[in-house]
Amino acid sequence: MTGALAAIGRPVLAALAAVGRVAIFAASALGHLFRPPWYIREFGLQVMQIGWFSLPVVGLTAIFTGGALALQIYAGGSRFNAEAVVPQIVAIGMARELGPVLGGLMVAARVASSIAAEIGTMKVTEQIDALVTLSTNPMKYLTIPRLLAATLTMPVLVGAGDAIGIMGGWLVGISRLEFNSASYLRNTVEFLEFWDIGSGLVKGAVFGFIVALMGCYHGMNSARGAQGVGAATKAAVVAASVLILAANYLLTEVFFSA
Amino acid sequence: MIELKGVTKSFGQNHVLRGVDLTIPSGKSVVVIGGSGTGKSVLLKCILGLVRHDGGQITLDGQDVTRAERDPFLARFGMLFQGGALFDSLRVWENVAFRLMRGALARPKAEAREIAIEKLRRVGLKPDVAELFPAELSGGMQKRVGLARAIAAEPEIIFFDEPTTGLDPIMAGVINDLIREIVVEMGATAMTITHDLTSVRAIADRVAMLHAGRIQWTGPVAEMDATPDPYVQQFIHGRAIGPIEAVR
Repeated sequence: MTGALAAIGRPVLAALAAVGRVAIFAASALGHLFRPPWYIREFGLQVMQIGWFSLPVVGLTAIFTGGALALQIYAGGSRFNAEAVVPQIVAIGMARELGPVLGGLMVAARVASSIAAEIGTMKVTEQIDALVTLSTNPMKYLTIPRLLAATLTMPVLVGAGDAIGIMGGWLVGISRLEFNSASYLRNTVEFLEFWDIGSGLVKGAVFGFIVALMGCYHGMNSARGAQGVGAATKAAVVAASVLILAANYLLTEVFFSA
Repeated sequence: MIELKGVTKSFGQNHVLRGVDLTIPSGKSVVVIGGSGTGKSVLLKCILGLVRHDGGQITLDGQDVTRAERDPFLARFGMLFQGGALFDSLRVWENVAFRLMRGALARPKAEAREIAIEKLRRVGLKPDVAELFPAELSGGMQKRVGLARAIAAEPEIIFFDEPTTGLDPIMAGVINDLIREIVVEMGATAMTITHDLTSVRAIADRVAMLHAGRIQWTGPVAEMDATPDPYVQQFIHGRAIGPIEAVR
């Protein structure tokens, strides 16, 4: 009986300790955010790396998702003569849920892995120690620019993804489902409210923070060797993806529960 | 002067340092020798504060290093890491000038670049290397760039962590000579950790042997060969039989 309790307790304690370590890491990062020095060049580089270079993958994800969504809504709607709602549901689905969540997951796969691998490699090759001996705080030089860049660029990526996804639905709507182009676009624009888009952008910012936080945390805590860096990279992507889905549910509850 | 008194450090059940007493006099070059895994790198990292020691005291010019203000303290040091530890994403000159472009020692970019190229020249590298990335350099060139970075801000104290590991004997000799020349030229205090005896003879004023977490023997390099200490004798002659266990 004691053995069984210990077997349950050990992973629970380990999980709680991990949550605590991440929370301390996040609090420390936020503390550094408002104190100089700020590394503007590093921030600019990360805006390009995280934001600009993620645009193709987010755009491709969005356009195919928008198209598939239009087909599914049309097929489902036709069961009760509601085919006409395709533009509105594609728009609200992309803006509120699929744009931020799928964009977040794609960026998690692309960026959290890359951050964790880069910082993890820096750790095992003593580059982090070298930063310290050169009077440079790794938290300020490595973590803050990535956190800030991801948090600020993700809403832009989500916004772009929303627009591209809606365009994907529109393309399918006019080419495969015999919608009129002008009325499809008019229905989309007239139906969307500010908070439909705004809530997705807020989600994007939160997801961006999660992606960079997980990448930096796991990279900084990478174990030695190629295996250690590989494990850190995997952990960063898994943790970021799960946290994005959990945060998405919580944010949806907060924003839209009656 | 750097003084270590009874310094201890453990990682879990692994007691790496068990009470290290060592003095590194100002302007002298002290080389710490010892087998692999004896805690030489940990000792060096404890002095720099990269690893927090568990017990004992480390002082720099009489001041406890754990209480020193970090930036001015670290500004007194330069360090050559075992693998170079060059920043992959930065060009060679940006690596060398890293400290000169940030913090209290920051200066205009053009001036920092000029100093970096001068330091690269000092370690025997041509100016056109400055625009390359570390991945484009050989192991020996990376060590030289690491050395140039260590001396770029003309620190009072320079640490060398296994400076010749992974280099061929000729390149190792070049690095040893460079280290000796630079330390003498700058009048710097130097601490080197190595198990390469050619390096020891080329670089050291004094030698300290670390074994089983303590300083086993220390003395001038000229006395190293003649000391009757069985640990030192086994180590410098590379004997499998002796007080140091060959299988650790």
